Amino acid sequence: MFILKLLSRNALRHRLRTLLTILGITIAILAFGLLRTVVSAWYAGVNASSSTRLITRNAVSLVFSMPVSYLERIKRVEGVKGVSYANWFGGVYITEKNFFPNFAIEPSSYLDLYPEFTLSAEQKRAFVMDRKSCVAGRKLAERYGWKIGDSITLKGTIFPGTWEFVLRGIYSGAEQSTDEGQFFFHWDYLNESLRKTVARRADQAGVFIVGVKIPQAAAETSLAVDALFKNSLAETLTETEKAFQLSFVSMTEAIVVAIRIVSYVVIIIIMVVVANTMAMTARERIGEYAIFKAMGFRSWHITGMIFGESLFITTCGCSIGILLTFPVAARFGEMMGAFFPVFHVEPMTIYLDIAFSLIVGIIAAIFPTARAVRIRIADGLRRIG
Amino acid sequence: MDNCREQQNVVSIRGVAKSYQRGGQIVPVLEDITFEIERGEFLALMGPSGSGKSTLLNLIAGIDKVDAGSIIVNGVDIVTLDESSLADWRAAHVGFIFQFYNLIPVLTAFENVELPLLLTSLSRRERRDHVEAALSVVSLQDRVTHYPSQLSGGQQQRVAIARAIVSDPSILVADEPTGDLDRVSAGEILGLMGRLNSEFGKTIIMVTHDPRAAEKAHSIRHLEKGVMVDNVHP
Repeated sequence: MFILKLLSRNALRHRLRTLLTILGITIAILAFGLLRTVVSAWYAGVNASSSTRLITRNAVSLVFSMPVSYLERIKRVEGVKGVSYANWFGGVYITEKNFFPNFAIEPSSYLDLYPEFTLSAEQKRAFVMDRKSCVAGRKLAERYGWKIGDSITLKGTIFPGTWEFVLRGIYSGAEQSTDEGQFFFHWDYLNESLRKTVARRADQAGVFIVGVKIPQAAAETSLAVDALFKNSLAETLTETEKAFQLSFVSMTEAIVVAIRIVSYVVIIIIMVVVANTMAMTARERIGEYAIFKAMGFRSWHITGMIFGESLFITTCGCSIGILLTFPVAARFGEMMGAFFPVFHVEPMTIYLDIAFSLIVGIIAAIFPTARAVRIRIADGLRRIG
Repeated sequence: MDNCREQQNVVSIRGVAKSYQRGGQIVPVLEDITFEIERGEFLALMGPSGSGKSTLLNLIAGIDKVDAGSIIVNGVDIVTLDESSLADWRAAHVGFIFQFYNLIPVLTAFENVELPLLLTSLSRRERRDHVEAALSVVSLQDRVTHYPSQLSGGQQQRVAIARAIVSDPSILVADEPTGDLDRVSAGEILGLMGRLNSEFGKTIIMVTHDPRAAEKAHSIRHLEKGVMVDNVHP
């Protein structure tokens, strides 16, 4: 009790210096937490991917499509539970700034393969029955204030023109990692229009989503699917949904690595700041430590005082930083919803915050402690006066 | 006969030498110091600056190491003790009074006095009783919750004295205890030290420049250039 009192009072002896140091740690923890969450958000698609789904795309590139007629042949592959297909539509809402992922899908089979998009039976039925209908994720609908029955117009970029939809459903994510910022509409609606305008682009699917019965047999199923279309005009590449999502992340890997490095640099900077504070503190108190030693206190008492004070400061900063991380991340997530549809602070980030603050507290105290412990009592006492 | 004298002498210093290294040169500070301090003695060490009196005090108090010789305190040759044994020995046998009081500024008078007792096995209640007793000896019972910055220089030195006596050490070492005080406060502190010596039987070794302070001692020893030059009884 006495020691805790001494630690806290010592820590607050230079209030401004301590408060500024705590503020620095708070900002560092906050920055680290946000940067880590950005990285997590980057991988949200990967984390949300299912081991029961495979993605089949054109082997040349995702830019090229495949005949939708592949569907029936894929369905017949052993181990396949169900197949759906989708096209990346790439439309924008009113202006280019209002961008969100939007896909033309085959509604029934697609929603069967993605049970994490939860939709009431009534809304699902309404969506399936109306070819001009669409469904949007909860966060997306909230962002634009859409309600069921609203008419929504997208401007096509890949498929030029103005596309009108009626919102028939708003899905929620079954899990925290489910992206609630997507927009789906009928592939048939797109295809009918293409048949009239650009016939060569009709009856094409961007990707096939293949549900597998046994996740462990995914590799064999992938090979079997790709073998079907070997030497065809549109050879396929089938991979797990996770691998498919990772291929997108790998395109921006350099940015993710840079963010990761910056997050660790922030920690190193604050380590130097805390070490500086503790060095100044220990230098000022050399005389006091000499008095403690003269009275019979041992080196480990002095070590405890310096480490305790250092950890007290870092723990205060870390606690405030963690408490602030959640509301700030929530606000950041709202503002960056278009880029990071899944943006939440992971428990691992908090564990790392705590671990780093402890490491910073310990490392910052090592050199001042070594100095305070080594100094001869007589020399320390000479510093007073 | 020798045993009898050892028992009477609380401190026995024999052939003590000490030097420091400065800029690659060895500077002798004390040379062949031999003398004894009797139990219950109030000794003043005097001498010009740099004569080695504070160094000698530090050696007797076990906060510095001799180059040669022995220092026997209460029958223990403290020169042979390692760092941790010496720390335990200091905690049990020596009370320190410094020129600049050296109180911990973030602790109250009570907490400052309590510090040495944290190294003992006393309960919280026992510690409180000891601290209150020590503060009453220095007449500061009404200042227990005051921080050093809220006390005058004389009061701070009295708190420091209470801290020095709270663990009931056999020796009190005082390095210029009145050096930072006005005349009135200095008189009070010397009076208090005199009481500790006469009423409580504490052996006091005091380094001072002030002849008036030295007058309060039973004996005065002079050091000059690291050598003991005389022994005067005021």
